[in-house]
Amino acid sequence: MTTLTDPPRESFNLSMLINDTRYRSTTFQVLAFILLSLSVGYLYSNLAANLQAQGLRIDFSFLGAPAGYDINQRLIEYTSQSTNARAAIVGILNTLLVAFLACLMATIFGVLAGVLRLSKNWLVSKIMAFYVEIFRNIPVLIWILIIYGIMTVVLPGPREFRGDNPTSTMLLDLFAFTNRGVYIPAPVWGPGSMVVVATFIASVIGVIGYRRYATKLLYDTGRLLPMGWPSLAIFFVPTLLMFFLMGMPIGLDVPALKGFNFQGGIKIGAPLIAIWFALSIYTGAFIAENVRAGIQAVSRGQTEAASALGLRSGRVMSLVVLPQALRVIIPPLISQYLNITKNSSLAILVGYADVTATLGGITLNQTGRAIECVVLMMLFYLTISLLISAVMNVYNKSVALKER
Amino acid sequence: MSDIHANSVAFVRTEEVPTAPPPSNAAGPAKWIKDNLFATPLNGLLTLVALYFIYAILSSALPWILGGIWNAPSLSACRDILDGASAACFAVLTERWNQLLFGFQYPDDQYWRPGLAFILLFIAAAPVLFFDLPRKLLAFTALYPFIAYYLLWGGTIFVPILALVGVAGGFMVYQRLVAGSFAAGFFGGIAAAFAIWYIGGLLIPDNASENAALSAVPSRYMGGFMLNMMLGVTCVSLSVPIGIALALGRQSSMPLIKWICVIFIEFIRGVPLITLLFVANVMLAYFFPPGSGVDLFLRVVIMITMFSAAYIAEVIRGGLAALPKGQYEAADSLGLDYAQAMRLIILPQALKISIPGIVNVAVGLFKDTTLVSVISMFDMIGMIRGPILASTEWNGVYWELFGFAALLFFVVCYGISQYSQWLERRLATDHR
Repeated sequence: MTTLTDPPRESFNLSMLINDTRYRSTTFQVLAFILLSLSVGYLYSNLAANLQAQGLRIDFSFLGAPAGYDINQRLIEYTSQSTNARAAIVGILNTLLVAFLACLMATIFGVLAGVLRLSKNWLVSKIMAFYVEIFRNIPVLIWILIIYGIMTVVLPGPREFRGDNPTSTMLLDLFAFTNRGVYIPAPVWGPGSMVVVATFIASVIGVIGYRRYATKLLYDTGRLLPMGWPSLAIFFVPTLLMFFLMGMPIGLDVPALKGFNFQGGIKIGAPLIAIWFALSIYTGAFIAENVRAGIQAVSRGQTEAASALGLRSGRVMSLVVLPQALRVIIPPLISQYLNITKNSSLAILVGYADVTATLGGITLNQTGRAIECVVLMMLFYLTISLLISAVMNVYNKSVALKER
Repeated sequence: MSDIHANSVAFVRTEEVPTAPPPSNAAGPAKWIKDNLFATPLNGLLTLVALYFIYAILSSALPWILGGIWNAPSLSACRDILDGASAACFAVLTERWNQLLFGFQYPDDQYWRPGLAFILLFIAAAPVLFFDLPRKLLAFTALYPFIAYYLLWGGTIFVPILALVGVAGGFMVYQRLVAGSFAAGFFGGIAAAFAIWYIGGLLIPDNASENAALSAVPSRYMGGFMLNMMLGVTCVSLSVPIGIALALGRQSSMPLIKWICVIFIEFIRGVPLITLLFVANVMLAYFFPPGSGVDLFLRVVIMITMFSAAYIAEVIRGGLAALPKGQYEAADSLGLDYAQAMRLIILPQALKISIPGIVNVAVGLFKDTTLVSVISMFDMIGMIRGPILASTEWNGVYWELFGFAALLFFVVCYGISQYSQWLERRLATDHR
């Protein structure tokens, strides 16, 4: 009778740490960990020594101290006596504002240019190709400066609107384009205006409901209700009726020249317009390329099959090509939005008070708290970009091809 | 048969009629215009709008450019010459040409040095960019960083020679040890290079750069388009190897290594470059040993390199992911270890796929080098916004200067992207 014996146990020796695949990855990770700790410790000791030498320490209490500077463009109440933290929040809101506006406009530019570049019209498609190449190959910084230059050098000053024979006039007597910014009418909410707004929201819901109902009816019974005119009617008629019934409660506060400057209305400062427009037109060129690639990614057979089914060309686009193209277009589009948010930090160049200009600019220079300010600023941008990539992941999951 | 027909049909043609040319509206330019410009009424309208648009731009831009003044000492003199007419004052370009290219502090009599370095750059880059050139030219490419350093910064020639000797020594150690294991060769080579640099550093006398053949130029004197080129070329070439290492690390099965790489990449990609430049400007100095005084140029190079390395890592990760799994398995089944498999099988293919992406990152990075003007370095944009527009002579010349900067960047970036497209066609080895 034979007994099974264990194979002789190899004795452990040091070379196995490198040569034996069982231990090797652990060895490398331990080495990497030691290296990492050593370098972090080295950097930290340098930091501590440098701070000690300058008599500084990491301290965030400066955020509570009065900022002591003014911000022209702001969305919330702010005076020079407000705290540095509030200045930073004003900056964050300004960053989000310009990023949102630029995303909206860049999408419009990009979709327009991308679709027109595929146009059968030779001249139009060449012009769009020219636009894309010009804007993609020149730094956005130069575009911001050029557009800011156009805003401040070419547009007339407010005083040119004065006198009996002004050299400049307001557009439709509502909008004033000056080198200090664009003045647009502001809505004035009189009593009863809430009813009008509520009616408007209700009619928007009504339009969506009607279209849902019509689609369901089409799928269930095959009966085709008209879509366009009823939608328009539901959208406009109740709101207009209510507007006049309530005695026109919503008015316009039109900007007007008082003394040397315009008063009233909403002022959109030249820096905001410059950074907004430059980011939109620059990123629009990139989005145009994404849109073009997306539409070209839908194979020709899909279009042909749709027209073989008898769909009109508009419906081929909206029912067959676009839903498939969007799957390709949207992920790069979202990363372009992320780029816009990050590039909006260039606003500091034209003096727009975004978070880089308030927290990373004036606050940093006045308090000398370089490390704290830069770290807070980075945290803000990191949060935004992680949020945007989370949105992108959710979207990618929802449109992923449902494979068998 | 023909006989029968000859009797029953009145006429039979015996020779072929030459093909008539198509009617004038179905061929040639007329047809092309009809098809491509006026296919439908809407299309025709678009064409007219586009033509008007082109006319509007050209009619105002062409006289402005063609009537430009190229010779005047200042803007007011230029306006006097123009006498009320609206035209460009390109005189600012001729007047400040050297400042635009080299910054305002680089010594006047030394301009030939950056110029020569710029020309040599093409010779050094050629064998990397075009594979058909003889491989021996790569030797010059390897020497170029040291030559360019010596030309641009000047000072004692011992510094670049020592650097070169260190690299050469490290490479020889690597060659000796790599047969045993890649890791041993790699780290041994680095250790040898550092040892040579350390010993050599002790040997160079402190006053060596005082009466050197090429006078020393500190890096804060660098400026203009030269600074953009220096930052762009240095950071791209440094970030490709780092990017490869990060991409491989991110794919690694070792959790610690993987997470270090993921956190680094996602952190860098999540913040704007300008905040990283702020770090270089105001914060990075705190992390160096007290009193080391690392200059701003080097700090900026470190941060921009980290920035582009993270982006290049993501591009290369895409290339690695696009390789079929069979390639990895084939390498394993041949008995290659990790370093061999990567060097011989995986990376050559993955890098080939990633080239367009890497070139995109490079173009983007080159454009982003203009951001250093925000932290008051006088690159081309910094020169325009600072010394030139602020001077009394040229205060107010926007379009000529920014137009010139735009043109310069456009030429370089468009050239690189055209090269990338050519390379893509060239490398397409799959016969589809």
